[in-house]
Amino acid sequence: MDYQTGFFYLFAAVLLYAAFRVITARNPVVAVLHLMLAFSQASALWLLIQAEFLGLTLVLVYLGAVMVLFLFVVMMLDIKLEGERGSFWKHFPLAAVLGAVVALQIIAVLWVGFPNITVPAVPAALATVSNTKSLGLLLYSEYLYPIEVAAVILLVAMIAAIALTLRRRKDSKAIDPGVQVQVRASDRLVVLPMNPTQKPVPLSAAIQESKA
Amino acid sequence: MNMTLGHYLSLGAILFAMSVIGIFLNRKNLIVLLMAIELMLLAVNMNFVAFAHFLGDLHGQVFVFFILTVAAAESAIGLAILMLLFRNRASISVEELNTLKG
Repeated sequence: MDYQTGFFYLFAAVLLYAAFRVITARNPVVAVLHLMLAFSQASALWLLIQAEFLGLTLVLVYLGAVMVLFLFVVMMLDIKLEGERGSFWKHFPLAAVLGAVVALQIIAVLWVGFPNITVPAVPAALATVSNTKSLGLLLYSEYLYPIEVAAVILLVAMIAAIALTLRRRKDSKAIDPGVQVQVRASDRLVVLPMNPTQKPVPLSAAIQESKA
Repeated sequence: MNMTLGHYLSLGAILFAMSVIGIFLNRKNLIVLLMAIELMLLAVNMNFVAFAHFLGDLHGQVFVFFILTVAAAESAIGLAILMLLFRNRASISVEELNTLKG
């Protein structure tokens, strides 16, 4: 057993522990933090089999962006932590048995299909250039259209997320500058036709009014 | 016993089964469901990267790149929908989302 295998078992054990805590943690913040641990271990596992670019992308994109998004949402939502989760642990044994069956079936099929492949058959062209360079050469030549579609998908996702959560306040007193600029003097000031001076009231009429 | 393709495939299978259990059991919290979906995608990506390395084919890593893109978009829109849901219903429990249930 060489040191690579030892590191594999270490990272795999921490990854599985973190995944278990993600699905069993009562507090969502704890679950998100364990998910971050799981992603960091997966990144280390990918580095172990020479997928350097993807390992670092996982750290940058997932640990740096997506998990922070999760944390923001978890902390923005005021979630009530219910004390008892009886239904979870009541159904857990059955679910664990079913999950073990699923995992064992997948493992059985894959072990039969791909028995003990150890030495990677690396072509000579790939061995000379770095992983990032060879991946980039592939991405920007053979996969040019798919990568543009991926960019459009990201743009659509950004616009959709913003449009979904955009909320106009009804009690806002902010003034639209366009409306403010378009206003004319006649909208604000009305000049009434009035005489500049008025005739004085006749004296006899004024006396009669005061007597009455 | 040296590291083989089977090690990585077994790890991916266990991770996938574990997140399936998480989806079945967590009925109170929609956020944990989204996180379990992220774990499933991670398990699938693990298989892709392992195949790409042990079979000497770099196209698997390109596919992982696209899966990461789609997963990021999915989680962004999913969390936005979750915000809307919480704003309207003041709850993210899956058991209370039964409006369409006749």
